[in-house]
This record gives sequence, C-alpha cells and structure tokens, in this order.
Amino acid sequence: MEELLAIFSITALSSVLAFSAPLIFAALGETWSERAGVINLSVEGTMMMGALTGFAAAKVTESLVIGFVAAMAVGAAMSAIVAFGSITLDRDQVAIGFVLALLGVELSSFLGTPFVRIPGVAVRPLPIPILADIPILGPLFFDQDIVTYLSFILIVFTWFWFYRTQAGLVLRGIGERPEAAFARGVNVIRLRYIYTLIGGAMIGFGGAAFSLHVILGWSYRHTANFGWIALAIVIFGGWHPYRVAMGAYLFGLIRAAATGLQSAIPGVPVQVFPLLPFPLMILTLIIFNSDSLERLKLYLPTRVQRSLTSFLRSTPPAGLGKHFEQD
Amino acid sequence: MKVTLSHIHKRFGAVHANNDISINVEGGTIFGLLGENGAGKSTLMKVLSGFFAADSGEIKLNDQVVSLSSPADALEKGIGMLHQDPLDVPPMRLLENFMMGVRGFLQPRRTAESSFRELCQAFDFDLDPHAFVHDLSVGERQQLEIVRLLWLGVETLILDEPTTGISAPQKEKLFATLHQLAADGKSIIFVSHKLEDVEVLCSEVAVLRQGVLVGQQNAPIDPAGLVKMMFVQEVNLEERLNVDLGSTFLQVQDATMSDLRLKMEGVTLDVKAGEVIGLAGLEGSGQQLLMQACAGLHRIDKGAIVVGGQTLSGRPYQEWLNAGVAFMPADRMAEGLVPGLSIAEHHVLTRYRRDQEQDKKTIDWPLFRKHSQEKITEFNIKGFVDSTVESLSGGNQQRALLSLLPKKLRLLIMEHPTRGLDIESVLYIWGKLLKRRQDGTAIIFSSADLDEVFQYSDRIVVCFGGQITAVLNTSETSVEQLGYLIAGKQPPADLREENV
Repeated sequence: MEELLAIFSITALSSVLAFSAPLIFAALGETWSERAGVINLSVEGTMMMGALTGFAAAKVTESLVIGFVAAMAVGAAMSAIVAFGSITLDRDQVAIGFVLALLGVELSSFLGTPFVRIPGVAVRPLPIPILADIPILGPLFFDQDIVTYLSFILIVFTWFWFYRTQAGLVLRGIGERPEAAFARGVNVIRLRYIYTLIGGAMIGFGGAAFSLHVILGWSYRHTANFGWIALAIVIFGGWHPYRVAMGAYLFGLIRAAATGLQSAIPGVPVQVFPLLPFPLMILTLIIFNSDSLERLKLYLPTRVQRSLTSFLRSTPPAGLGKHFEQD
Repeated sequence: MKVTLSHIHKRFGAVHANNDISINVEGGTIFGLLGENGAGKSTLMKVLSGFFAADSGEIKLNDQVVSLSSPADALEKGIGMLHQDPLDVPPMRLLENFMMGVRGFLQPRRTAESSFRELCQAFDFDLDPHAFVHDLSVGERQQLEIVRLLWLGVETLILDEPTTGISAPQKEKLFATLHQLAADGKSIIFVSHKLEDVEVLCSEVAVLRQGVLVGQQNAPIDPAGLVKMMFVQEVNLEERLNVDLGSTFLQVQDATMSDLRLKMEGVTLDVKAGEVIGLAGLEGSGQQLLMQACAGLHRIDKGAIVVGGQTLSGRPYQEWLNAGVAFMPADRMAEGLVPGLSIAEHHVLTRYRRDQEQDKKTIDWPLFRKHSQEKITEFNIKGFVDSTVESLSGGNQQRALLSLLPKKLRLLIMEHPTRGLDIESVLYIWGKLLKRRQDGTAIIFSSADLDEVFQYSDRIVVCFGGQITAVLNTSETSVEQLGYLIAGKQPPADLREENV
C-alpha cells in the first residue's frame, strides 16, 4: 500500500508530468489535425518513426535540436500522405491512416536495427533558477527539462490558438462546417493541409520526446501502443486541449500506479502490470464519456454551465473525416 | 446597389439550369424570384453570390461589370447570401460565428460584441452573443446571418427560401427587417416558391420555370397571373378517355394529419376505383402529407382512412400493401430505388417472397434474371439486367420503378410521377398508368405541371396552406380558375359562372 501511495508524492507526480510529455505532443498534434477535420490515424506509426529518427539523427549529429527537427519532418511527411490521400484524392482517411500506422511500426523496426540498444544522447534537466525552489510547484513545474516545459507551453498555446485567435476560430470552423468557412472566404483545403502537417510534426516530436527524454535510446517497437493511446485520449478529451492534457496525465498516473502495484503485490505475474494501464484507461474513458459530466453540469449556475460547455463537450467536430469539395 | 444580370447561362451536364436569364434589381427595392423546386432560382443566386461561375453572361454592380470568383469575393463586393440552411457553425457561440473569417490575429471580442449588440438592437433581434448556435431556431439563425452580413458591409442581400421552417411571428419580423433594409437603400433579392410571401413583400417579381425566365411583374402583384407563369406551358386538352368508375375504394373520413411543418384538419375525400385524382397546389401545401397518409406511410392523428371497406388507419404498412396500395415517391433515388443495386437485384428485393418457391433458401437467379429481362422489354427500359439503377437516365429509372409494382393494384399514389422526364417517357408512363386505371386501379398523383393535372385527372384536389380548399371536376374547371385557387384566392364570380 505504501508503494501505491508513493505515487502521490511530489517526486512521483513530477516524473508523471515529465513521462507524459510525449503523449501530450502526440495527442495535441492529433487534436490540431482532427479539429481541422482530418483524422490522422497513423499516430502509432508516426510516433515510432519519430522516436527512431529523433534518436538516430541526434546520435549521428550529436545535436538534440537536429534530432527533434528531423523527427518533426518525418511526422509531417507521414501526415502529408494522409492529407494528400484524403483531402486531394478523396480516399478513406481511416484506411490510409491505419495502413500508415502499421507501416511506420514495421519500417522503424527494419530501419532501426543499427540503433538498437546503443547509448546515445539525452535531454538534460534544466531547472529554472529561483522558481524551482518554490515548494510543491517548483519541483512539479520548474525542475524539469526543456521537453516537459515545451509540453506545458503547447497545452496553453493550443488553447490560446483555438479559442482566442481569429485563425483558431477558422481552424475550428473548417473542422465543424467547412462550407460555412468557405463562404467566409477561407481556403479550406489549404488550411486542412497546413494543420494536418503541423499536427503530424507534433506527433513526430512526441516520438522523439519518447526516445530522447523518457525511455532513452531505441529498441524494437520502442513506443509501443502510445500512438493508439494518444488517439483514445483525443476522444476522451473531447477535442479540447485542456481535457486532452488531463487525459494524458491521467494515463501517466495510471501507469505509475501500475508500477507501484507491481511491488505491492509480488504474487501476480509481472507481465500483468505493464498491460494494466490500457484496460484501466478504457474504463476511465467509459466513465468520463458517459452523460455523467453533462448531468453534473446541470447543477451549476448558468454562467458557469456556459463557460464549461466547450470544455465538457464530447461530440467530434461535425466535419471530421468528411470530404470537402470547393466549387 | 443596382444589380444587373444579363444573359446568364449555366449548365450541369445535360441540365440547362439557367438559360439566358436577365434580371435587373434596383437599389432600395425588394425583388422576388419565384419558381418551383428545380426551376433554377438557387443556381442563379449562387452565380450571383460567387459559388458558381456562369458558363456565359455578365454581372454588373452599379453598372460596372464584375467577375465574382468566390463567395468571399462576392462578399467583398457587397453581395451576401442567406442560405436556406444558414451557413453557420452550430457548435460555436453566436459571437464566434459573427467574427469568424474576419481578418486579424486576436479575436476582436469587444468590438464585435458591441457591433453585434448595436445591430441586434437596430432590428429588434433578441440574440445572446454568448449562446450557442445549435440552441437557436432557424429564424434566429437567419437573424444572426443577417446581422453578420450587414456587419461585413453587404449592400445586396440574397435570401434563399427564408420563410421555410420559421414561425409566423419570426416571418413577420423578417419582413419588417427586409422593409427596413430596403428603406436604407439596400437591394434585397427574395427567392421563394411561396406566392403569398412574394405578394406582400416584393415590389417586382420574376418567375423562373425549368431554367428559363418566363415572366416578370411589378407591384401590385397578380397572384393568378404568377401561378400561370409558374405552372402552365400551354394547355391543350386532348380527348379524354371515359372510364366507368367503380364503387368507392378509398375513404378519408374527417382525418387530421400533421408533420413538423403542417397540420391538416378535417380532411375528407372519397376516391372511386378507376378514378384519377390530381393534386394541385404550391409546393408544401399539404399534398405530400395527404398522399403519404393515404398510402399508409404517415399515421393520422384523428379520423379514419378506409381502404376497400377495411379501416386501415393505424394498421401496419404490410396490411396496406396487402390491400393493394402502392406509393411512388418523388425522390426516386433516395426513397424508391437502391443505388448500387442492379435492375435484377431490385426485382429480387421486391418479388423474392412472392415469386420464389417457399422452400428455396437461396436466390433463384435464373428465374429472376428472366423476370427482369421480361420487365425491361415490357417497360421499354434502356438498360440491362445487370445495369445499376443509378446508371439509368431519369426516365428509365421511373420506368424501372413502375416495373417493380405488383401486377394487381387497387390504389396507386405517386408524387410528381413525371418530374424531370423527357416527353416520350411522360407519354409512355401515362400510357401504362391509364391501362392500370382501366383495370380498376385508382390513382392519386401530385404534379407541378398543370397541363398534366388537367390532362389526366377526373377530379382536381386543390391544397393551400395545409387545407383542401377545393375539389373540382376537371371537365368543369378552367386553368384561370385553378390559378386563383392554388394562390389561395377565390376566383372572380364571372370566371366561376363562365365555366359551370
């Protein structure tokens, strides 16, 4: 039991925040893409390719920046295939993405052979002076590395872009009702391309964050299943950046708890624990996506209800996955 | 702003949606564009609002020739369109809809909100900028679009069927708004198939039919004249077959029926075996509801429908089919046929239980291919057993649909049986239908073509605003008289006497 409670210690929570960073990038990247109306189902393969590319490029050039940039380029390239196939050729987004997911997994295994289990570079901790010494908040938010800081920034930036800028309004518009955006003078097709590529680059970055920041190095199927979880988290998060981030952190917490349980109950075969987060995540998704949140909202005053509406909504963008033809 | 369209042509494949249309709308006026569904009104307005490029023709704004490459381009030149289904984003807030597409980095929340409130106040709209669009009624969504377009500086406002689906008080408010806008010097183009709206609102009306501008009128508007323009090409009555009518087959007894838009009360109608009833009226006056109720597809609220002596209202559809009732919908591909399936497969679908020996578990393909081939020959369908139905032309689709009807029928109900068909198909189909009536099948059909109604029906049932307003013997009725009734007016006394 003590081991289980230990996950709520500041150190443990701090490592949950750091550990979840790759998931934050991947899930938010997918959110950008889906908010614009394109389902990029290739997240699993893209993360895997990003993880390999990031590690390999950083190792070869001995530059972390090049590693991350290369991973973003690979992520954008993979999402470009999804964008071209679905937006331009009007093929099924789900089919293209799914095949790419499988391809990315296998291709990374094939290409990654020379890099398996060799030491490489890693992102170094970067405590922020003074702020890091604040009790509780310091270790959680200011005693991390650059990747974790970027993940915090991305969460807030995504919210800001979606809900406070004109471009974000248009982004949501092309995902919800492209015809309406088109009538307002928006080049829907170009923007869908741009946002799908941006989202893909974020997913690739998430992959590199995994191999350069969480579980260092490269091994066969290094980021296994994180891509699928990222996709689930986007749905759980109702396509809202804050809720998506909460989902990613929840998954990190559940994973830490599973590891805690492993030492608490030594009788159970060890293979069970790494698997545990997945069914637990599904269970949480079911509970949170039922009407319970909506019903809870009804007890709040109207003003609060209203500001919560976009946060609590769980319907996908209305134009998600639908083809749009400009006349 | 003065808007001039000259010699606009627009084709979609074989359909000539706009054929040499020229209209002129002066600033500060409300111009009505009238016509039935598919007359080409929406196409013309989409050309003017930049959604489509015309194949040929010229658009002038204030006597300057312009080219409109996109809706945004048209908007920049001062032309805004309010679509039948308003082009807004329902999951967003009103204010977000209002601001979307305006240039800038940050959302101009403050300025947008104050402009929004000012405009709403000017037109007495009660809209909350922080509410969500999906909680609004269609009328309120129109109001939102109107203030949005005005904020963007629209000088010419096009409204496409704006009175469909809004309440009476909302309609009143809309009309008041449009008068106010016209008084401010804006030009309004009001697209509608509803005569009564055009009549009270517009100072000038143009009528389109089948892509052609068939006539224009200035206020005061003469509704009977407009009806004639909308519906009648040229009435030439041929010799009509006299068929001995049988006993009463269908009785609608004081029935009340309603759908989302319409409520028809106290409907009473008797139809004899072998009789042909034509339903006339403006689109949406109740013909569709009445036909669906008589076909057993729409449950009535009150009263009774008796078919062949049995009260069938409220009974399962299968019993209506067993009683020999059949329905042919207007939208052939959506409700009548299954896209992707071949003619033979359609025969399997409709006749499987009837024709195949009961103990066979698999489809007897040779049998059904033979059936289908016979039907294709019999109904002169240009297509093959394996042709998918969507590969057939409209006329052949309609023939295919007819070929699927059971041999023995007592009552056949058809929405627009010949809409959009070439003349040869029309004659062929009516030939088949008249043969059925000689066998004692009663026929009820609706049509937007008064020629057709006069040509084939024994009696004409006129619907207006959800009521049956007249039941006329075709032989004692004139086109003029019917024109008045369709428009919801009483024909002048001299016209009535003349024809009795």
